[in-house]
Amino acid sequence: MNIWLNFLIDSLAFGATFMYGSTGEILTEKAGHLNLGIPGIMCMGGAGGCLMLNLIGKSGLPPVLIVTAGILSALAMSMLMGLIYSFLTVTLRANQNVTGLALTTFGVGLMKVIMSKLDATVYLVGPKALYRWPFAGRQDSMQCLGVLFFLAIAVAIASSWVLYRTKVGLHLRAVGENPATADAVGINVSRYKYAATCIGSGIAGLGGFYYIIDYMASQEAYLSLEAFGWLSIALVIFALWRPHVTIIGSTVFGLLFSCSSYITNIDWIRVTMSTKPLLKMLPYVVTVLVLIISSIRNKRENQPPSSLGLSYFREDR
Amino acid sequence: MEKQLALQMRGITKRFGGVIANKQVDLDVYRGEIMAVLGENGCGKTTLMNMIAGIYFPDEGKIFVDGREVVIRSPKDAFANGIGMIHQHFKLVDLFTAAENIVLGVKEKGKYNLKAVNARVAQIAEKYGFRIDPQKKIYDMSVSEKQTVEIIKVLYRGADILILDEPTAVLTPQEISRLFSVLRRMKEDGKSIIIITHKLNEVLEVSDRVAILRRGEHIATVETKDTNENELTEMMVGKKISLNINRTEPKNAAPRLFVKNLNLYDAEGVHVLRDVSFTACGGEILGIAGIAGSGQRELLESISGLQPAVTGEIIFHNPKKNKPVTFFHKSMKRVRELGAQNAFHDGKGNPVSFQGMRPGAVRKWVESGDVLFNEDEIINLRHRTPLQIRELGVRLSFVPEDRLGMGLVGSMGITDNMMLRSYRKGRAGFLDRKKPRALADEIIQDLEVSTPGVNTPVRRLSGGNVQKVLVGREIAFTPKVLMAAYPVRGLDINSSYTIYHLLNMQKENGVAVIFVGEDLDVLLELCDRILVINSGAVTGIVDARTATKEEIGLLMTKTDDARKEEAP
Repeated sequence: MNIWLNFLIDSLAFGATFMYGSTGEILTEKAGHLNLGIPGIMCMGGAGGCLMLNLIGKSGLPPVLIVTAGILSALAMSMLMGLIYSFLTVTLRANQNVTGLALTTFGVGLMKVIMSKLDATVYLVGPKALYRWPFAGRQDSMQCLGVLFFLAIAVAIASSWVLYRTKVGLHLRAVGENPATADAVGINVSRYKYAATCIGSGIAGLGGFYYIIDYMASQEAYLSLEAFGWLSIALVIFALWRPHVTIIGSTVFGLLFSCSSYITNIDWIRVTMSTKPLLKMLPYVVTVLVLIISSIRNKRENQPPSSLGLSYFREDR
Repeated sequence: MEKQLALQMRGITKRFGGVIANKQVDLDVYRGEIMAVLGENGCGKTTLMNMIAGIYFPDEGKIFVDGREVVIRSPKDAFANGIGMIHQHFKLVDLFTAAENIVLGVKEKGKYNLKAVNARVAQIAEKYGFRIDPQKKIYDMSVSEKQTVEIIKVLYRGADILILDEPTAVLTPQEISRLFSVLRRMKEDGKSIIIITHKLNEVLEVSDRVAILRRGEHIATVETKDTNENELTEMMVGKKISLNINRTEPKNAAPRLFVKNLNLYDAEGVHVLRDVSFTACGGEILGIAGIAGSGQRELLESISGLQPAVTGEIIFHNPKKNKPVTFFHKSMKRVRELGAQNAFHDGKGNPVSFQGMRPGAVRKWVESGDVLFNEDEIINLRHRTPLQIRELGVRLSFVPEDRLGMGLVGSMGITDNMMLRSYRKGRAGFLDRKKPRALADEIIQDLEVSTPGVNTPVRRLSGGNVQKVLVGREIAFTPKVLMAAYPVRGLDINSSYTIYHLLNMQKENGVAVIFVGEDLDVLLELCDRILVINSGAVTGIVDARTATKEEIGLLMTKTDDARKEEAP
């Protein structure tokens, strides 16, 4: 198959990692909370899933059940992280940046400990064919795509639908824009913040699980996961806080990120070892450009939620 | 037709700490009437209404809606009883459309359907004559449109009793008359409308009955058709109370600050200062009276350089002729600058320019006291930043109303707060902490500031002590002009008198004191002259020794002709 189509499909599959991460982060940010713990949460999602697979991988249960248990465990572990984050920042009104960074440091470290103790042959080998349904066994690059990839797209679209087409979404956006107003009309601000953060964290955690088990499916995958957590946060800005835009954004990021490997196929470009890291900077450069362009255009809809990063306390006036 | 009671309040009392905001208030509101609640700043109008709207909970008393007793603990309870309040500061999500804001938080059965909401909003708008586009975003709206959204928001929730807190404060005359016609239509529809206001002309224009509050107490409720501006003013301000503030006659009062035709617009383009002109004299206290938000804050801020005025002049006049130059307030740079401008002589009429002299020699000569000014200092302060004003050697002190926001840094101790005035002194980038420390000790001693120590964060001190620290610092700067905005707000009696005394001392030292106050009794007893400001324009400057409360009250609230003429 054409090398450039391979490139595109590979980028799509790769991009699903940050599609999860940034969809999760967008939900949290829409509630007014800047969760810098996303890299740690994605790591813990991956670790939680692998841990479960490792536990029951050889138990002889039906593969479908094992996979489902893995996904649920990834969700549970990352939502637990989200719960810690919300307790600290919503209930105790701790500084969101500090809390998020602490969770990242904690999550990344704990994941490395857990993953180094697990047996990759157990958590990777088992149900790989299931993840790649219905493309498993194909010889072309379509085999990179699978259930979790399509789930990422579904989640992104569903999140946008909820945010912009339902009352729950309207309330959630009101909480992130102006919690005092939301409170005054009887919306339970804390409940929305907790829910958005926990669900968002769960979605982000799936991204970590997807990256380790499905996309990379290698023993070393977990070592590079943190970087993609940060990329997910950058992608939120790229997507202008719209979950469905992350589908395009993550593909662009995927293309940019993996272009260093494919660009060698163009005859007249010579890529040396020293230029590769430069090429890997491209997603971040593009994020900066998007940030500049969206600030220059200064359209209110493209700005971050107004109360992003601010704690809400009813008695503050 | 028999009038039907919609809302009754009986014996409502509310305290905040030791301060009584409302005392045994009884109030009746009928169906299909517009009731005005009238009173001065801080008389408890808004507090009272907030208790009906569920923001506060009364300490004592009962509220009845349609004859049954109700307990209102939150805005939700208020809505459940058909009560909705439109606050002065709108609670709207800027990024949403009008319809989205209106439907926010409403518990309705069925699918979320913005089209149906739009239709219902349009229907309400048509019924009462509002002009609104349900799909317009709030950030694209004018203040009046936002207010319309707030009113429809309340109506959409089915409110029968609407409370509007100072609804006309932010509107143009055309918008006000449109609002009033909408209110009349709602009244005809059987709604009860309560408007909180202190504008007499509007009370007379729109209301059916007026309830007057003074110092938290309900003075009277009268039929609007049986009353007039003078009677209402009298009930609003009450009899004069003697405070026994010691006031001395001004000695050698000489003009110090000339403000001429000052004009200022705020960020929204509202004309907040209109051709303000006055003269403040050294050795007297000039009071500024006015309804809160009439431009007092903007006036002081534009004089001190925080808000640059658009047109007009602020002239600082400092009699300096034949007085010795000092380094106390003039920097070396400024002294050299003035020297180059031929501003000094050596006492025998020979000009002193300091040209080509080394700093040490200049310092020595100036400190000997032999260098004298040629002329009085006349400086235009408009378009100068606070720092430039300070560098020019103009000793202008400003005690802002927001003490811990603009005046002091709450988390720093007294010494560090003193340094906010002197941090530019000291050598080679190092701060001089000794003098501020000594000044801090001096202020604690002289003004009897009760604090655990000089390094206790000022935020932890009581309001009176915070104010003493702030005023003490500004006075230590030996100002020529001292501006104080609401310096006794929230202070107990003793602290208030300490502040009055400090201001009087400054007056005796020849300082031009500008005192913005809200209590007319204090203004009348403390100040020498009182300037009355109304919607950003000066409506009169009266002699505090002969003026009456009613006179000032009328100047503060009277119909604003200037504003009507200006409107397009």
